[in-house]
Amino acid sequence: MTDSAMSTRAKVEKSMKKRRAAESRFRTYGLLSVLFGVLCLVVLFGNIFSKGFSAFSQTVLTTTIHLDTDYLGVTATSDPQELRNADYEGLIKQYLKDTYEPSGRRERRDLYGMVSVGAAWQLQDMVLENPSLLGQTIHINMTMDDDVDQWFKHDRGTANEALRFSEQQLVWLHDWVDSGALHGRFNTIFFTNGDSREPELAGIRGAITGTFLTLLVTFLLSFPIGVSAAIYLEEFAPKNRLTEIVEININNLAAVPSITFGLLGLAIFINIFGVSRSTPLVGGLVLTLMTLPTIIISGRAAIKAVPPSIREAALGLGASKMQVVFHHVLPLALPGMLTGTIIGMAQALGETAPLLMIGMIAFVVDVPGFINDPSTVLPVQIFLWSDSPERAFTERTSGAIMVLLGFLILMNTAAVMLRRRLERRW
Amino acid sequence: MTYSTLLIAVLIALGGAYLLGRNRARTLSSQGIKMHSLATHYGALVALWTTLPPLLILLLWALLEPRVIDLILTAQLPDSIRAGGEAEIRLALSKVYNLANDSDLMGQQGLLGPVAEHLQALQARVTLLRGGVIMSLLLLGGALTWRRIQPDLRARSEVEGIVRILLFASSAIAVLTTLGILASVLFESILFFQKVPVTEFLFGTSWSPQVALRADQSGSSGSFGAVPLFTGTLLISAIAMAIAVPVGLMAAIYLSEYATPRVRQLAKPALEVLAGIPTVVYGFFAALTVAPVIRGLGESMGLEVSSESALAAGLVMGIMIIPFVSSLSDDVINAVPQSLRDGSYGLGATRSETIRQVVIPAALPGIVGAVMLAVSRAIGETMIVAMAAGLAANLTANPLDSVTTVTVQIVTLLVGDQEFDSPKTLAAFALGLVLFVVTLALNYVALKIVQKYREQYD
Repeated sequence: MTDSAMSTRAKVEKSMKKRRAAESRFRTYGLLSVLFGVLCLVVLFGNIFSKGFSAFSQTVLTTTIHLDTDYLGVTATSDPQELRNADYEGLIKQYLKDTYEPSGRRERRDLYGMVSVGAAWQLQDMVLENPSLLGQTIHINMTMDDDVDQWFKHDRGTANEALRFSEQQLVWLHDWVDSGALHGRFNTIFFTNGDSREPELAGIRGAITGTFLTLLVTFLLSFPIGVSAAIYLEEFAPKNRLTEIVEININNLAAVPSITFGLLGLAIFINIFGVSRSTPLVGGLVLTLMTLPTIIISGRAAIKAVPPSIREAALGLGASKMQVVFHHVLPLALPGMLTGTIIGMAQALGETAPLLMIGMIAFVVDVPGFINDPSTVLPVQIFLWSDSPERAFTERTSGAIMVLLGFLILMNTAAVMLRRRLERRW
Repeated sequence: MTYSTLLIAVLIALGGAYLLGRNRARTLSSQGIKMHSLATHYGALVALWTTLPPLLILLLWALLEPRVIDLILTAQLPDSIRAGGEAEIRLALSKVYNLANDSDLMGQQGLLGPVAEHLQALQARVTLLRGGVIMSLLLLGGALTWRRIQPDLRARSEVEGIVRILLFASSAIAVLTTLGILASVLFESILFFQKVPVTEFLFGTSWSPQVALRADQSGSSGSFGAVPLFTGTLLISAIAMAIAVPVGLMAAIYLSEYATPRVRQLAKPALEVLAGIPTVVYGFFAALTVAPVIRGLGESMGLEVSSESALAAGLVMGIMIIPFVSSLSDDVINAVPQSLRDGSYGLGATRSETIRQVVIPAALPGIVGAVMLAVSRAIGETMIVAMAAGLAANLTANPLDSVTTVTVQIVTLLVGDQEFDSPKTLAAFALGLVLFVVTLALNYVALKIVQKYREQYD
């Protein structure tokens, strides 16, 4: 008897080492999994930030240029149309030619190519704003071409610099850097311009405005509809087969791939209802349908959390069912509903695929002014830029991603704060 | 009047009607007459009847107006254009619109000049008519309801009835959305299957949707065998699940069974941030960072790796899905009652033995449901594959090769200019139908399993 008991005990003790090792192995796997997830997050953010940080600075050449009235053929008293049409590009070329004396056509072309076409527009804007500058010698920070920009930020002094520039160009570039004329400054163009084929002139203002308009349409439609649907399903719907179908439907809709909403938008909103393509209006309609399930589900949870005693008290005092809901339940459930709505809007903000289907992928230079102007949105802009071969666009893509993530963090923080501040325990 | 002015007019009328109705009811009750409902109910009633009918009419008008104008204009196009078929009519119509809306062009009188002039006149008349109809509806609705304000009018019941209908209509939108998706993909798919047989689509192994521009061009038919797309989708999803399921599940187990509350408080939101990152960001990361790294690694080992390998897209998709699996499994693991664990500890099992032999089996249906939801997510994911996976429809199981997926093809077929009746465009809707049906089935079953399981221990 004791012998066999001892042997069982011995067996267990013998196996303990193995079992403990298995235990700690298992635990380590778990820890590693969590660490892997966190590591991915860190790598992802680090990668985007390290690539995108330089997008917020722009390389400019500080120089003085004489606004030659004879060359431009206009004076301070000319009318704006003439001022607009004057040959500023030619003036800049003339200035570059006189100052740096390139020999031969090839060198001239190289020299002109280093300054962005945007520099002429800068000059034009300055003159239009203040025509009395004509005839004077002015200071200007000329925007440089994206190649110069990339060289200044990344390749300066490395072996790569000879790949993109000729010897003479490198001499000029190093001279400019040594004299302090070529320098970086905050990239306002990135925030004030629309899209452009020239990386140094491309900005996200158009995309941000488009995003704002699209989200505005989405919010104006999805919040009232979502809240109404949640109220109906939670407070009024009879418990029958139809209600059950609606419920299953909403849960399923929340998990349907977003791209199918794009197909719906294309086939129904655009082809049948004739809403115009590429506009924040149709984008907002599609995103409304996509975010509705999220808002309804969170809205129902918020209504459920309101204790029945409140309803019963109101009913007991003679309120009608509708008054109970709108005067008592809804105000108490609203913070929870708002939180859900913000999370739904954050989803809509990052959504890309369905918007590609409804033509929000068009190349739009102008900043949209209203919900029926063609426009694009920030995630689609990121998609478009990521396809461009220029290195400067990669940098701008990362920059745009940083802006997008910034908005998302802002919205999610707002949701968390709102929940913390307004959450009530019954 | 434009739509925006009309909308503003309706909004002003809403406020005005409410105040008018309320004040009338107040005046009546201040005269000592006993009203059936509160004054605000009468206000609301007037406001609803004033604004709802014009809003509905406005919506219908916006839907029908372009269609009616198109019809009228088509009847006026020269016979030579009308004989040219639908495409030519559409082209001519868009020219007419450009002519009519651009004063610079209007000078160039061509064949379409008279039609454009007619359109201008028509547009002016329609706008006037629209304004007139909406304004008179506003006035009519307001006046009629205002007159109805009497002590025995049951304003509250009527308002509540209307509001109830509005609430119901809002929840019906969710059902309409599903029907809308189904109708849009089904209708175009039927057109597609009239041109390409279903069997060829489902079982054909060659996919090249390029349809030639001219009928006499060689290889003009295009081939629509979708099997390579299905296998490509499955390959990438399988890679993603191979990452997401073990990592997500182990992370959930660690966080719910081992981690101290403090670690849990920090790690759980960190993982959930991964789920909040837009997919376009993952796509960018996959295409520009992960793919070159994998290619470099593969080449250093002497393997031939495509620059758009399935591995890169699958890997990044896996990372994206980790929080999805972990938070769903976390829920089901937490739902397993403590008594089961205590029983297991009482029998002398270690923690990991309890988890492996008691908790996981008990939570298994829920975990399976979570994994199925994750699979449906992986199948439907678009941006990562659109940016990191290729377009070549290779029938292969080699993760280092480039494959394409259903979603990528939908995007490529539908982005850019499309002709609406070409098989190329319709094919996208047929793929959409497959995608919708498969994910819907997965979701439905998964939600059922999760729900059923939850009920067991409640």
